[in-house]
Amino acid sequence: MDLLFDALSEAVRLLVSGDPYLWGIVGRSLLVSSSAVLLGLIFGVPLGAWLGLARFRGRGLAIAIVNTGLALPPVVVGLFVYMMLSRQGALGSLGWLFTIPAMISAQFILAAPYVAAITLAAVQSVPPELRLQARAVGASRLQAVWLHLREARLSLMAAVAAGFGAVISEVGAVTMVGGNIADQTRVITTAIVLETRRGRFAAAMALGLILLAFAFAANVFITRIQQAEPRRRRPPAGRPPRPPRPPLTS
Amino acid sequence: MGVEPAGPETLLRAEGLRQVYDGRVVVEVEAIEVRAGEVLALLGPNGAGKSTLMRLLAGLEKPERGRLYYKGRAVEPGDRELRAAAVAVLQRPYLWRGTVRYNVEYGLRVRGIPAAERRSRAGAALDTLGARELEDVPVNALSGGEAQRVALARALAPRPEILFLDEPTADLDVTVRRLLLADLERIVSDAAPAIVLITHDAAEAFALADRVAVFEEGRIVQTGTPAEIFESPATEFVASFTGAEFLLSGEIAETGDGTVMVRLDTGQRVEVQGSGDAGLRVKVAYRPEDVVVVPAESSSQQTSARNRYPARVAHLNPSGGLVRLRLEADGLQLEAMITRHALEELRLEVGSRVVAQIKATALHTFPI
Repeated sequence: MDLLFDALSEAVRLLVSGDPYLWGIVGRSLLVSSSAVLLGLIFGVPLGAWLGLARFRGRGLAIAIVNTGLALPPVVVGLFVYMMLSRQGALGSLGWLFTIPAMISAQFILAAPYVAAITLAAVQSVPPELRLQARAVGASRLQAVWLHLREARLSLMAAVAAGFGAVISEVGAVTMVGGNIADQTRVITTAIVLETRRGRFAAAMALGLILLAFAFAANVFITRIQQAEPRRRRPPAGRPPRPPRPPLTS
Repeated sequence: MGVEPAGPETLLRAEGLRQVYDGRVVVEVEAIEVRAGEVLALLGPNGAGKSTLMRLLAGLEKPERGRLYYKGRAVEPGDRELRAAAVAVLQRPYLWRGTVRYNVEYGLRVRGIPAAERRSRAGAALDTLGARELEDVPVNALSGGEAQRVALARALAPRPEILFLDEPTADLDVTVRRLLLADLERIVSDAAPAIVLITHDAAEAFALADRVAVFEEGRIVQTGTPAEIFESPATEFVASFTGAEFLLSGEIAETGDGTVMVRLDTGQRVEVQGSGDAGLRVKVAYRPEDVVVVPAESSSQQTSARNRYPARVAHLNPSGGLVRLRLEADGLQLEAMITRHALEELRLEVGSRVVAQIKATALHTFPI
């Protein structure tokens, strides 16, 4: 117990003192994960919206593939990106291995399915009558689709939080493609592993607290969005049900 | 139901429309047209295909076959001009997230109307519906009646040439329904767009429409003015759907000058305006409000009604200011509608002896 208490109090001291080593790692983590989520949004929102709105042969299979992406093991993604970026890999010429872009690429692959799946669920939760009513008032098909996405926008914001929560706490992929190089590719999760091995529990604990704070903030954000709708009165036309919420996992 | 040449005032015309869902024909209409400034009611029971026809006419759905003409020009679903001219309020109109103003301005926004004009036209539309005070209210906070009025304002704001209303009063309680009907009457007289009113309520159709198209199982079975439909229903379905009761079946016994004498299966004879061959099996229809009830002791008074049946009051069913009477006359059952005031004046009660009178012109025959 003494070890835990001592580590915790030292961790708080490190955080409060603005330790540049710790905060440098935190900044890098935010940069990598935020960039990955942004790319995930650019790719995942249109994909999820298309899967939610379009009707085509093989749609069920496409949705199943996206949902499988939610269970992608980070180490497998790390392995795949490593092989692509290694000198003999298809993208080896980029010279990205053990750099920030490599870590962003791996986390993008992990975040995109979350964003796409939540977007799909959000879009499907809006009754299709909305688009019919929009067209009945004079909207073109494209304008009606845009209105549909606008209706689902709160749930789409949850996609951002879910994607961020999924990648900020993963360790396997960033370790493999980033290499955990001090001041270059070391992020919160890889630093926790390293500091624990070195026996520097206070530093590991401080980083762990920050990671928990991020996960907590993402969950609070999602919960607030999901709780916002039921508090309002249902209009007679009926509001869409909330989309299912995927779990936050690393 | 022949195909007539489109008149100059015809805004919308459909020919040979047919729609099929899962192998089932839901709409099959030879021809229908919507004329400028008129109120056309599509009247029929639930599930008859009225809403589907509305979506086809509004260009919101592609028919399996058939053509749609807007001002004489063949148009496809989603046609830009038709989209600008026609607006539909669906049976359960969906209001999108945001304020009432956002909703009412939407039709103007998608038409590229500048913000200042959007605001004034949305305000004017809300004024028409007496809902200006709701402008900044989030739609989630609206009652059913308010939401329906906002949906109507949203439809009116772009000043459509053709306004489709799908069962606008269906989910509303009696009071709200009455208010909305008053709003609709005002819209009809003020805004003067052509209105296609989809309804299952014959009274609503007759009160608001210039023309009524009666719908049965995807087909239009009669089109005419409310008076034509009410007074001369073309089929047994039209008669019963617009409130007629049926006497028992019978057979045409004699034919006369514009009338036929029907011998009912219960033995009575009834004179009906119309024609038909002797021996033809028919059903005879009447409306309860056309049955005149007089006490037996005063029934000898002169009357032009040729069909007079001594009867006994078997049942009284008050409904608002009216009372529905069931009369029994030697096996023949008749329904009559009189006012409460008349009931009291005639001192009628269950068991009273009366004479029921129906004019030949108030009766219709339909071949069995």
